[in-house]
Amino acid sequence: MFYTFFLLICTFALFQLDGDFGKVVLSLMNIVLMAVPLISVIFTTIHFFNSYEFIELMLAQPINRRSVFLSEYLAVASSLCLAYVIGVGLPFIIYGAWQPISSLLITGVFLTLVFVSLAFFASVLTRDKAKAIGIALSFWFYFSLIYDGLLLWLVYSLSDYPLEKLTLALIALNPIDLARIIMLLQLDISALMGYTGAFYREFFGSSLGILFSGSLLIVWVLWPIYFALRIFNKKDL
Amino acid sequence: MIVVHNACKKFGQLIALDRVSLELSMGKSYALIGPNGSGKTTLIKSILGLVVPTSGEILFNSKSIFNDWKYREQIGYMPQIGRYPDNMRIGQLLEMMKNIRPGVAKIDEELIDEFKLGKIYDKRLHALSGGTRQKLSASLAFLFHPPVMILDEPTAGLDPISVEILKEKILHEKKMGKLMIITSHVLNELDELTEQLIYMFEGRVQYNNSIESLKEETSELKLNKAIATFIRQNELLASVN
Repeated sequence: MFYTFFLLICTFALFQLDGDFGKVVLSLMNIVLMAVPLISVIFTTIHFFNSYEFIELMLAQPINRRSVFLSEYLAVASSLCLAYVIGVGLPFIIYGAWQPISSLLITGVFLTLVFVSLAFFASVLTRDKAKAIGIALSFWFYFSLIYDGLLLWLVYSLSDYPLEKLTLALIALNPIDLARIIMLLQLDISALMGYTGAFYREFFGSSLGILFSGSLLIVWVLWPIYFALRIFNKKDL
Repeated sequence: MIVVHNACKKFGQLIALDRVSLELSMGKSYALIGPNGSGKTTLIKSILGLVVPTSGEILFNSKSIFNDWKYREQIGYMPQIGRYPDNMRIGQLLEMMKNIRPGVAKIDEELIDEFKLGKIYDKRLHALSGGTRQKLSASLAFLFHPPVMILDEPTAGLDPISVEILKEKILHEKKMGKLMIITSHVLNELDELTEQLIYMFEGRVQYNNSIESLKEETSELKLNKAIATFIRQNELLASVN
């Protein structure tokens, strides 16, 4: 609830500040890219540990571990996605702007799914709530801040070499970057991303690029939850 | 019915179960005793599949329970500390449990009635006292006529009247030929409820036979005396070796 409210306020405020939809979407994108992963990660970890008793109770019943785990995942992911879609989508509906918002909504939903997956992965690694939140937060910190720094440093220090393909591959390793690229390609302002953005555009063309990074994002949703499930199947409660 | 074969469980350095081998058969009731931290709860949780043994195997109806979950339909489990989701109501919890086992037509609500839980169906689970929680756990364990019952300290925290109700229920179910595993620190109670004894110490099964033969071996009449003598004898043997 609070999350929806926060997003609602952000979006409305940005509309007040600026009449141009494109600019609103761009500013909103920057908030979304930081806040959505952070909130997904924290909320999921806390939820997992709060429902620990419930999971324990369920597992003493004739229920498959996998179905318990996956329904936990679906419950958290769907409520966070719903909160996001309402929070960001509602103001746009009110202002009657559908076109630019669709990609923002879709990538936001994907980001939520990815970071809920990662947070579940962090939660099954340890029995300690504080530790799990720490691990989950470091995922967020790493992907939203450190990774970009490293990437910039790499590109800068190796700028004498042709790096296009390498940067492309490296971007695929960070879900937040992938989301950013999808949105930028959609918004037709890939030049803003400079070098890599321009190259990316040239390499794939708009729609193929989106398809490519979209499927990579799906991979990012699936692998953490897959490994989390495997660990959970053998975990002691 | 339940066969535990060379089960070991380590939590880091701590050895919770050390090559435990047991055979539990239908129609008998077992008292599982031992000092705190001797591995009783770990053994129970291993049988339920909540804890996965480091090595060894556990068979239920001669099928391995590893990666199986259907077999839990036949177990009624009453945990030592019943922990339930805070924001649910008693009625909702019971309803949900019934939904989990849709195949069971006959539902045993005797304990719910006797403990008068029906009156507080609307109460939220976080507002329950320790004793009421125990009553709820007991009612849930008996709800589906399971052929195997595992009760982890069933009478701890209950008032004397409820203890009697529960004991009577246990005796009644026992007569119907169920397999019972009961842990408790109240030995007199186990003397009434069970006839087989499993004594665990530091993760190992030290004694596994009928209570009667333990009493004969130690020539004592009461279970608590018999166990005390048994432990003393063991200590004596250990110091000689």
